[in-house]
Amino acid sequence: MGLELFLDLLSQPSRAVYIFAKKNGIPLELRTVDLIKGHHKSKEFLQINNLGKLPTLKDGDFILTESSAILIYLSCKYQTPDHWYPSDLQARARVHEYLGWHADCIRGTFGVPWVQVLGPLIGVQVPAEKVERNRTAIDQALQWLEDKFLGDRPFLAGQQVTLADLMALEELMQPVALGYELFEGRPRLAAWRGRVEAFLGAELCQEAHSIIFSILEQAAKKTLPTPSPEAYLAMLLRFARIP
Amino acid sequence: MGLELYLDLLSQPCRAVYIFAKKNDIAFELRMVDLIKGQHLSDAFAQVNPLKKVPALKDGDFTLTESVAILLYLTRKYKLPDHWYPQDLQARARVDEYLAWQHTTLRRSCLRALWHKMMFPVFLGEPVSPQTLAATLAELDVTLQLLEDKFLQNKAFLTGPHISLADLVAITELMHPVGAGCQVFEGRPKLATWRQRVEAAVGEDLFREAHEVILKAKDLPPADPTIKQKLMPWVLAMIR
Repeated sequence: MGLELFLDLLSQPSRAVYIFAKKNGIPLELRTVDLIKGHHKSKEFLQINNLGKLPTLKDGDFILTESSAILIYLSCKYQTPDHWYPSDLQARARVHEYLGWHADCIRGTFGVPWVQVLGPLIGVQVPAEKVERNRTAIDQALQWLEDKFLGDRPFLAGQQVTLADLMALEELMQPVALGYELFEGRPRLAAWRGRVEAFLGAELCQEAHSIIFSILEQAAKKTLPTPSPEAYLAMLLRFARIP
Repeated sequence: MGLELYLDLLSQPCRAVYIFAKKNDIAFELRMVDLIKGQHLSDAFAQVNPLKKVPALKDGDFTLTESVAILLYLTRKYKLPDHWYPQDLQARARVDEYLAWQHTTLRRSCLRALWHKMMFPVFLGEPVSPQTLAATLAELDVTLQLLEDKFLQNKAFLTGPHISLADLVAITELMHPVGAGCQVFEGRPKLATWRQRVEAAVGEDLFREAHEVILKAKDLPPADPTIKQKLMPWVLAMIR
Protein backbone atom coordinates (compact mmCIF):
# COMPACT_ATOMS: atom_id res chain seq x y z
CA MET A 1 0.00 0.00 0.00
CA GLY A 2 1.44 3.33 -1.04
CA LEU A 3 0.79 6.74 0.41
CA GLU A 4 -2.81 7.36 1.45
CA LEU A 5 -4.36 10.75 1.94
CA PHE A 6 -7.58 11.05 3.89
CA LEU A 7 -9.30 14.26 2.91
CA ASP A 8 -12.42 16.16 2.00
CA LEU A 9 -12.10 18.86 -0.65
CA LEU A 10 -14.58 20.84 1.40
CA SER A 11 -11.69 21.55 3.78
CA GLN A 12 -9.10 24.21 3.06
CA PRO A 13 -6.06 22.35 4.44
CA SER A 14 -7.18 19.20 2.59
CA ARG A 15 -7.17 21.12 -0.67
CA ALA A 16 -3.72 22.57 -0.04
CA VAL A 17 -2.27 19.08 0.33
CA TYR A 18 -4.29 17.71 -2.61
CA ILE A 19 -3.14 20.48 -4.95
CA PHE A 20 0.47 20.13 -3.83
CA ALA A 21 0.49 16.38 -4.40
CA LYS A 22 -1.20 16.63 -7.81
CA LYS A 23 0.99 19.48 -9.01
CA ASN A 24 4.12 17.56 -8.06
CA GLY A 25 2.97 14.19 -9.37
CA ILE A 26 3.16 12.58 -5.92
CA PRO A 27 1.45 9.18 -6.04
CA LEU A 28 -1.37 9.16 -3.50
CA GLU A 29 -4.36 6.96 -2.84
CA LEU A 30 -7.14 9.41 -2.06
CA ARG A 31 -9.61 8.45 0.64
CA THR A 32 -12.51 10.86 0.83
CA VAL A 33 -13.87 11.29 4.33
CA ASP A 34 -17.19 13.15 4.20
CA LEU A 35 -17.11 16.03 6.67
CA ILE A 36 -20.75 17.04 6.42
CA LYS A 37 -21.90 13.49 6.95
CA GLY A 38 -19.53 13.33 9.91
CA HIS A 39 -17.40 10.43 8.72
CA HIS A 40 -14.31 12.06 10.25
CA LYS A 41 -15.82 11.26 13.65
CA SER A 42 -16.68 7.67 12.76
CA LYS A 43 -15.15 4.77 14.68
CA GLU A 44 -13.31 3.66 11.55
CA PHE A 45 -11.65 6.98 10.91
CA LEU A 46 -10.87 7.65 14.58
CA GLN A 47 -8.83 4.48 14.54
CA ILE A 48 -6.65 6.01 11.85
CA ASN A 49 -6.53 9.48 13.39
CA ASN A 50 -7.85 9.71 16.94
CA LEU A 51 -8.24 13.46 16.60
CA GLY A 52 -10.75 12.94 13.80
CA LYS A 53 -9.33 15.70 11.63
CA LEU A 54 -8.51 16.13 7.98
CA PRO A 55 -6.23 15.93 6.14
CA THR A 56 -4.43 12.85 7.45
CA LEU A 57 -1.53 11.17 5.67
CA LYS A 58 -0.79 7.47 6.00
CA ASP A 59 2.64 6.34 4.84
CA GLY A 60 2.72 2.65 5.78
CA ASP A 61 2.48 2.67 9.57
CA PHE A 62 3.34 6.32 9.80
CA ILE A 63 0.31 8.55 10.31
CA LEU A 64 0.67 12.31 10.08
CA THR A 65 -1.81 15.11 10.70
CA GLU A 66 -1.63 18.90 10.27
CA SER A 67 -1.52 20.14 6.70
CA SER A 68 1.67 22.18 7.08
CA ALA A 69 3.50 19.18 8.55
CA ILE A 70 2.19 16.99 5.72
CA LEU A 71 3.24 19.52 3.08
CA ILE A 72 6.75 19.77 4.52
CA TYR A 73 7.01 15.98 4.79
CA LEU A 74 5.93 15.45 1.18
CA SER A 75 8.20 18.19 -0.14
CA CYS A 76 11.20 16.60 1.55
CA LYS A 77 10.33 12.96 0.86
CA TYR A 78 9.62 13.54 -2.82
CA GLN A 79 12.25 16.25 -3.23
CA THR A 80 9.90 18.65 -4.90
CA PRO A 81 11.35 21.75 -6.60
CA ASP A 82 13.19 23.93 -4.10
CA HIS A 83 10.93 26.98 -4.43
CA TRP A 84 8.07 25.27 -2.57
CA TYR A 85 10.07 25.02 0.67
CA PRO A 86 13.42 26.65 -0.03
CA SER A 87 16.58 25.26 1.44
CA ASP A 88 17.99 28.78 1.82
CA LEU A 89 17.97 29.68 5.53
CA GLN A 90 16.20 33.03 5.29
CA ALA A 91 13.85 32.05 2.48
CA ARG A 92 12.67 29.05 4.46
CA ALA A 93 12.28 31.19 7.58
CA ARG A 94 9.89 33.41 5.62
CA VAL A 95 7.70 30.39 4.82
CA HIS A 96 7.56 29.43 8.49
CA GLU A 97 6.90 33.01 9.48
CA TYR A 98 3.86 33.04 7.21
CA LEU A 99 2.65 29.61 8.40
CA GLY A 100 2.85 30.73 12.05
CA TRP A 101 0.85 33.88 11.43
CA HIS A 102 -1.59 31.99 9.20
CA ALA A 103 -2.42 29.57 12.01
CA ASP A 104 -3.33 32.45 14.34
CA CYS A 105 -4.89 34.96 11.98
CA ILE A 106 -6.14 33.31 8.80
CA ARG A 107 -7.26 29.83 9.78
CA GLY A 108 -10.55 30.08 11.62
CA THR A 109 -11.24 33.57 10.29
CA PHE A 110 -12.41 32.78 6.77
CA GLY A 111 -14.77 29.96 7.59
CA VAL A 112 -17.56 32.06 9.09
CA PRO A 113 -19.51 32.67 5.88
CA TRP A 114 -19.74 28.87 5.77
CA VAL A 115 -21.53 28.81 9.09
CA GLN A 116 -24.23 30.89 7.47
CA VAL A 117 -24.64 28.19 4.81
CA LEU A 118 -24.04 25.05 6.88
CA GLY A 119 -25.43 26.33 10.18
CA PRO A 120 -29.06 25.90 9.16
CA LEU A 121 -28.37 22.19 8.62
CA ILE A 122 -28.03 21.87 12.37
CA GLY A 123 -30.40 24.68 13.28
CA VAL A 124 -27.73 27.27 13.94
CA GLN A 125 -28.06 30.88 12.88
CA VAL A 126 -25.14 33.26 13.21
CA PRO A 127 -26.11 36.44 15.03
CA ALA A 128 -25.71 39.58 12.92
CA GLU A 129 -23.15 41.07 15.28
CA LYS A 130 -20.90 38.01 14.91
CA VAL A 131 -21.13 38.30 11.14
CA GLU A 132 -20.17 41.96 11.41
CA ARG A 133 -17.26 41.24 13.77
CA ASN A 134 -16.03 38.53 11.45
CA ARG A 135 -16.17 40.85 8.46
CA THR A 136 -13.94 43.28 10.34
CA ALA A 137 -11.55 40.45 11.26
CA ILE A 138 -11.44 39.31 7.63
CA ASP A 139 -10.68 42.86 6.47
CA GLN A 140 -7.91 43.26 9.01
CA ALA A 141 -6.35 39.90 8.14
CA LEU A 142 -6.43 40.72 4.42
CA GLN A 143 -4.81 44.08 5.08
CA TRP A 144 -1.94 42.46 6.96
CA LEU A 145 -1.66 39.77 4.30
CA GLU A 146 -1.28 42.46 1.65
CA ASP A 147 0.96 44.84 3.56
CA LYS A 148 3.21 42.59 5.60
CA PHE A 149 3.43 39.35 3.65
CA LEU A 150 2.81 40.28 0.04
CA GLY A 151 4.19 43.83 0.01
CA ASP A 152 5.54 44.44 -3.47
CA ARG A 153 6.60 40.82 -3.92
CA PRO A 154 4.95 38.48 -6.40
CA PHE A 155 4.29 35.84 -3.73
CA LEU A 156 3.79 35.74 0.02
CA ALA A 157 7.19 34.51 1.12
CA GLY A 158 9.37 35.57 -1.77
CA GLN A 159 9.82 35.71 -5.49
CA GLN A 160 8.37 32.28 -6.22
CA VAL A 161 5.41 30.17 -5.14
CA THR A 162 5.90 28.47 -1.76
CA LEU A 163 3.78 26.35 0.59
CA ALA A 164 2.64 29.66 2.11
CA ASP A 165 0.80 30.71 -1.05
CA LEU A 166 -1.00 27.38 -1.25
CA MET A 167 -2.20 27.49 2.35
CA ALA A 168 -3.33 31.10 1.98
CA LEU A 169 -5.09 30.63 -1.35
CA GLU A 170 -7.20 27.75 -0.09
CA GLU A 171 -8.34 29.68 2.98
CA LEU A 172 -9.28 32.68 0.87
CA MET A 173 -11.12 30.56 -1.69
CA GLN A 174 -13.45 29.26 1.02
CA PRO A 175 -15.63 32.36 1.29
CA VAL A 176 -15.11 33.21 -2.40
CA ALA A 177 -16.90 29.99 -3.32
CA LEU A 178 -19.94 31.27 -1.46
CA GLY A 179 -19.98 34.50 -3.41
CA TYR A 180 -18.11 36.55 -0.80
CA GLU A 181 -16.26 39.10 -2.93
CA LEU A 182 -13.02 38.99 -1.08
CA PHE A 183 -10.79 40.18 -3.89
CA GLU A 184 -13.00 43.15 -4.85
CA GLY A 185 -11.21 46.38 -4.17
CA ARG A 186 -7.99 44.51 -3.48
CA PRO A 187 -6.11 44.57 -6.78
CA ARG A 188 -2.78 43.51 -5.28
CA LEU A 189 -4.31 40.41 -3.70
CA ALA A 190 -6.34 39.68 -6.82
CA ALA A 191 -3.16 39.84 -8.90
CA TRP A 192 -1.42 37.51 -6.45
CA ARG A 193 -4.31 35.06 -6.70
CA GLY A 194 -4.05 35.19 -10.48
CA ARG A 195 -0.35 34.42 -10.35
CA VAL A 196 -0.77 31.48 -7.98
CA GLU A 197 -3.62 29.99 -10.00
CA ALA A 198 -1.70 30.49 -13.26
CA PHE A 199 1.23 28.64 -11.73
CA LEU A 200 -0.92 25.77 -10.49
CA GLY A 201 -2.92 25.57 -13.73
CA ALA A 202 -6.59 26.31 -14.30
CA GLU A 203 -7.57 22.65 -14.61
CA LEU A 204 -6.08 21.67 -11.25
CA CYS A 205 -7.67 24.67 -9.55
CA GLN A 206 -11.07 23.91 -11.03
CA GLU A 207 -10.81 20.30 -9.96
CA ALA A 208 -9.79 21.19 -6.41
CA HIS A 209 -12.45 23.89 -6.05
CA SER A 210 -15.36 22.09 -7.68
CA ILE A 211 -16.81 20.84 -4.40
CA ILE A 212 -16.86 24.18 -2.58
CA PHE A 213 -18.28 25.92 -5.64
CA SER A 214 -21.14 23.44 -5.76
CA ILE A 215 -22.19 23.91 -2.13
CA LEU A 216 -24.27 27.09 -2.58
CA GLU A 217 -26.34 25.41 -5.26
CA GLN A 218 -26.81 22.31 -3.13
CA ALA A 219 -27.89 24.47 -0.19
CA ALA A 220 -30.40 26.30 -2.40
CA LYS A 221 -31.77 23.02 -3.76
CA LYS A 222 -31.74 21.58 -0.24
CA THR A 223 -29.72 18.64 -1.42
CA LEU A 224 -26.99 18.95 1.21
CA PRO A 225 -26.61 15.77 3.29
CA THR A 226 -27.86 15.68 6.87
CA PRO A 227 -25.02 15.78 9.37
CA SER A 228 -24.60 12.73 11.60
CA PRO A 229 -24.94 13.24 15.39
CA GLU A 230 -21.16 13.28 15.72
CA ALA A 231 -20.79 15.84 12.95
CA TYR A 232 -23.55 17.89 14.56
CA LEU A 233 -21.61 18.10 17.83
CA ALA A 234 -18.33 18.85 16.08
CA MET A 235 -19.96 21.60 14.04
CA LEU A 236 -21.60 23.13 17.13
CA LEU A 237 -18.26 23.25 18.91
CA ARG A 238 -16.56 24.78 15.91
CA PHE A 239 -19.26 27.43 15.52
CA ALA A 240 -19.13 28.27 19.22
CA ARG A 241 -15.43 29.05 18.88
CA ILE A 242 -16.04 31.81 16.37
CA PRO A 243 -15.50 35.08 18.23
CA MET B 1 25.39 44.54 15.33
CA GLY B 2 24.93 40.89 16.24
CA LEU B 3 21.72 38.99 16.79
CA GLU B 4 18.97 40.95 18.56
CA LEU B 5 15.96 39.37 20.21
CA TYR B 6 12.97 41.53 21.03
CA LEU B 7 11.27 39.83 23.96
CA ASP B 8 9.11 40.11 27.03
CA LEU B 9 9.26 37.05 29.28
CA LEU B 10 5.62 37.64 30.18
CA SER B 11 4.87 36.12 26.76
CA GLN B 12 4.93 32.35 26.25
CA PRO B 13 6.58 32.30 22.84
CA CYS B 14 9.22 34.74 24.08
CA ARG B 15 10.11 32.34 26.89
CA ALA B 16 10.61 29.49 24.43
CA VAL B 17 12.93 31.61 22.27
CA TYR B 18 14.84 32.93 25.29
CA ILE B 19 15.40 29.50 26.82
CA PHE B 20 16.41 28.06 23.46
CA ALA B 21 18.97 30.77 22.74
CA LYS B 22 20.45 30.65 26.24
CA LYS B 23 20.51 26.85 26.43
CA ASN B 24 22.41 26.69 23.15
CA ASP B 25 24.81 29.52 24.05
CA ILE B 26 23.67 31.69 21.18
CA ALA B 27 24.99 35.21 21.67
CA PHE B 28 22.29 37.85 21.41
CA GLU B 29 21.38 41.34 22.56
CA LEU B 30 18.18 41.24 24.55
CA ARG B 31 15.82 44.06 23.59
CA MET B 32 13.09 44.20 26.21
CA VAL B 33 9.65 45.17 24.87
CA ASP B 34 7.50 45.76 27.94
CA LEU B 35 4.02 44.46 27.10
CA ILE B 36 2.45 45.71 30.34
CA LYS B 37 3.59 49.22 29.49
CA GLY B 38 2.32 48.82 25.93
CA GLN B 39 5.77 49.21 24.38
CA HIS B 40 4.87 46.74 21.65
CA LEU B 41 2.20 49.18 20.48
CA SER B 42 4.71 52.01 20.04
CA ASP B 43 5.76 53.48 16.71
CA ALA B 44 9.36 52.63 17.55
CA PHE B 45 8.61 48.95 17.85
CA ALA B 46 6.40 49.02 14.75
CA GLN B 47 9.62 49.77 12.86
CA VAL B 48 10.86 46.37 13.98
CA ASN B 49 7.58 44.49 13.62
CA PRO B 50 4.62 46.26 11.99
CA LEU B 51 2.39 43.49 13.39
CA LYS B 52 3.33 44.78 16.87
CA LYS B 53 4.04 41.38 18.33
CA VAL B 54 6.83 39.70 20.22
CA PRO B 55 9.06 37.79 19.85
CA ALA B 56 10.97 39.33 16.96
CA LEU B 57 14.50 38.60 15.77
CA LYS B 58 16.89 40.90 13.99
CA ASP B 59 19.96 39.39 12.37
CA GLY B 60 21.66 42.26 10.56
CA ASP B 61 19.16 43.37 7.91
CA PHE B 62 17.04 40.30 8.35
CA THR B 63 14.03 40.70 10.65
CA LEU B 64 11.93 37.68 11.53
CA THR B 65 8.72 37.27 13.54
CA GLU B 66 6.72 34.24 14.73
CA SER B 67 8.34 32.13 17.45
CA VAL B 68 8.27 28.84 15.56
CA ALA B 69 9.98 30.46 12.57
CA ILE B 70 12.55 32.02 14.91
CA LEU B 71 13.25 28.73 16.71
CA LEU B 72 13.71 26.91 13.40
CA TYR B 73 15.94 29.68 12.04
CA LEU B 74 18.20 29.52 15.08
CA THR B 75 18.30 25.71 14.93
CA ARG B 76 19.45 25.72 11.32
CA LYS B 77 21.74 28.74 11.45
CA TYR B 78 23.70 27.56 14.46
CA LYS B 79 23.62 23.90 13.47
CA LEU B 80 22.31 22.87 16.86
CA PRO B 81 22.04 19.29 18.24
CA ASP B 82 19.79 17.13 16.11
CA HIS B 83 17.28 16.24 18.81
CA TRP B 84 15.79 19.75 18.81
CA TYR B 85 14.57 19.34 15.22
CA PRO B 86 15.70 15.97 13.87
CA GLN B 87 17.03 15.39 10.38
CA ASP B 88 15.13 12.11 10.20
CA LEU B 89 12.08 12.77 8.04
CA GLN B 90 9.46 11.14 10.23
CA ALA B 91 10.92 12.32 13.53
CA ARG B 92 10.95 15.86 12.20
CA ALA B 93 7.40 15.53 10.89
CA ARG B 94 6.30 14.75 14.44
CA VAL B 95 7.80 18.02 15.65
CA ASP B 96 6.20 19.93 12.74
CA GLU B 97 2.89 18.27 13.55
CA TYR B 98 3.02 19.38 17.20
CA LEU B 99 4.17 22.91 16.35
CA ALA B 100 1.26 23.25 13.90
CA TRP B 101 -1.36 21.76 16.23
CA GLN B 102 -0.51 23.85 19.25
CA HIS B 103 -1.40 27.27 17.76
CA THR B 104 -5.16 26.92 17.98
CA THR B 105 -5.22 24.51 20.91
CA LEU B 106 -2.75 24.67 23.78
CA ARG B 107 -1.58 28.18 22.97
CA ARG B 108 -5.11 29.50 22.82
CA SER B 109 -6.28 27.68 25.98
CA CYS B 110 -3.27 28.73 28.06
CA LEU B 111 -3.50 32.36 26.96
CA ARG B 112 -7.20 32.55 27.77
CA ALA B 113 -6.68 30.84 31.12
CA LEU B 114 -4.13 33.44 32.19
CA TRP B 115 -6.22 36.39 31.09
CA HIS B 116 -9.64 35.15 32.23
CA LYS B 117 -8.43 33.87 35.59
CA MET B 118 -6.01 36.59 36.47
CA MET B 119 -5.01 39.35 34.12
CA PHE B 120 -8.49 40.69 33.40
CA PRO B 121 -9.75 40.80 37.00
CA VAL B 122 -6.48 41.59 38.81
CA PHE B 123 -4.40 43.63 36.40
CA LEU B 124 -7.07 45.28 34.25
CA GLY B 125 -9.82 45.40 36.87
CA GLU B 126 -12.28 43.89 34.43
CA PRO B 127 -14.55 41.24 35.91
CA VAL B 128 -14.87 37.94 34.07
CA SER B 129 -18.15 36.05 34.41
CA PRO B 130 -18.00 32.68 36.17
CA GLN B 131 -19.41 31.07 33.00
CA THR B 132 -16.62 32.47 30.85
CA LEU B 133 -13.95 31.37 33.30
CA ALA B 134 -15.49 27.92 33.64
CA ALA B 135 -15.64 27.49 29.86
CA THR B 136 -12.02 28.57 29.48
CA LEU B 137 -10.81 26.20 32.19
CA ALA B 138 -12.86 23.36 30.74
CA GLU B 139 -11.30 23.98 27.34
CA LEU B 140 -7.85 23.95 28.96
CA ASP B 141 -8.69 20.62 30.56
CA VAL B 142 -9.67 19.09 27.22
CA THR B 143 -6.48 20.38 25.61
CA LEU B 144 -4.30 19.00 28.41
CA GLN B 145 -5.94 15.63 27.93
CA LEU B 146 -5.18 15.77 24.20
CA LEU B 147 -1.59 16.70 24.96
CA GLU B 148 -1.25 13.61 27.13
CA ASP B 149 -3.24 11.19 24.99
CA LYS B 150 -2.32 12.23 21.48
CA PHE B 151 1.21 13.55 21.88
CA LEU B 152 2.95 12.47 25.06
CA GLN B 153 1.38 9.02 25.42
CA ASN B 154 4.05 6.78 27.00
CA LYS B 155 7.05 8.56 25.60
CA ALA B 156 9.66 10.46 27.57
CA PHE B 157 9.08 13.60 25.50
CA LEU B 158 6.30 14.80 23.23
CA THR B 159 7.71 13.57 19.95
CA GLY B 160 10.16 10.87 21.01
CA PRO B 161 12.85 9.81 23.47
CA HIS B 162 14.62 13.19 23.44
CA ILE B 163 13.60 16.77 24.09
CA SER B 164 12.68 18.74 20.97
CA LEU B 165 11.30 22.17 20.08
CA ALA B 166 7.84 20.71 20.69
CA ASP B 167 8.55 20.23 24.40
CA LEU B 168 10.01 23.69 24.79
CA VAL B 169 7.04 25.36 23.13
CA ALA B 170 4.59 23.25 25.16
CA ILE B 171 6.16 23.76 28.57
CA THR B 172 6.40 27.52 28.18
CA GLU B 173 2.71 27.56 27.23
CA LEU B 174 1.73 25.53 30.30
CA MET B 175 3.50 27.92 32.63
CA HIS B 176 0.97 30.57 31.66
CA PRO B 177 -1.97 28.99 33.53
CA VAL B 178 0.47 27.98 36.29
CA GLY B 179 1.26 31.68 36.67
CA ALA B 180 -2.47 32.31 37.02
CA GLY B 181 -2.71 29.75 39.81
CA CYS B 182 -4.19 26.88 37.79
CA GLN B 183 -3.11 23.47 39.04
CA VAL B 184 -2.19 22.21 35.61
CA PHE B 185 -0.05 19.32 36.81
CA GLU B 186 -2.21 18.21 39.75
CA GLY B 187 -3.85 14.90 39.06
CA ARG B 188 -1.82 14.54 35.87
CA PRO B 189 1.20 12.48 36.94
CA LYS B 190 2.28 11.77 33.34
CA LEU B 191 2.43 15.47 32.52
CA ALA B 192 4.09 16.25 35.84
CA THR B 193 6.93 13.81 35.25
CA TRP B 194 7.29 15.04 31.67
CA ARG B 195 7.61 18.56 33.06
CA GLN B 196 10.39 17.44 35.39
CA ARG B 197 12.22 15.81 32.50
CA VAL B 198 11.93 18.96 30.39
CA GLU B 199 13.13 21.18 33.23
CA ALA B 200 16.09 18.89 33.84
CA ALA B 201 16.97 18.83 30.14
CA VAL B 202 16.75 22.62 29.88
CA GLY B 203 18.49 23.21 33.19
CA GLU B 204 16.60 24.19 36.32
CA ASP B 205 18.34 27.54 36.78
CA LEU B 206 17.58 28.64 33.24
CA PHE B 207 14.01 27.39 33.53
CA ARG B 208 13.50 29.30 36.76
CA GLU B 209 15.05 32.48 35.35
CA ALA B 210 12.85 32.39 32.26
CA HIS B 211 9.71 31.93 34.32
CA GLU B 212 10.30 34.49 37.06
CA VAL B 213 8.15 37.11 35.34
CA ILE B 214 5.11 34.92 34.69
CA LEU B 215 5.22 33.46 38.17
CA LYS B 216 5.23 36.96 39.66
CA ALA B 217 2.47 38.21 37.33
CA LYS B 218 -0.14 37.77 40.08
CA ASP B 219 1.67 40.50 42.04
CA LEU B 220 1.40 43.06 39.25
CA PRO B 221 -0.19 46.27 40.54
CA PRO B 222 -3.45 47.15 38.81
CA ALA B 223 -2.98 49.06 35.55
CA ASP B 224 -3.62 52.79 35.70
CA PRO B 225 -6.50 54.04 33.53
CA THR B 226 -4.25 55.40 30.75
CA ILE B 227 -2.41 52.13 30.35
CA LYS B 228 -5.63 50.17 30.59
CA GLN B 229 -7.20 52.19 27.81
CA LYS B 230 -4.11 51.70 25.68
CA LEU B 231 -3.95 47.96 26.23
CA MET B 232 -7.62 46.94 26.04
CA PRO B 233 -8.04 46.81 22.23
CA TRP B 234 -4.87 44.77 21.93
CA VAL B 235 -5.91 42.37 24.71
CA LEU B 236 -9.39 41.90 23.28
CA ALA B 237 -8.00 41.20 19.80
CA MET B 238 -5.46 38.77 21.23
CA ILE B 239 -7.94 36.82 23.32
CA ARG B 240 -10.75 36.73 20.73
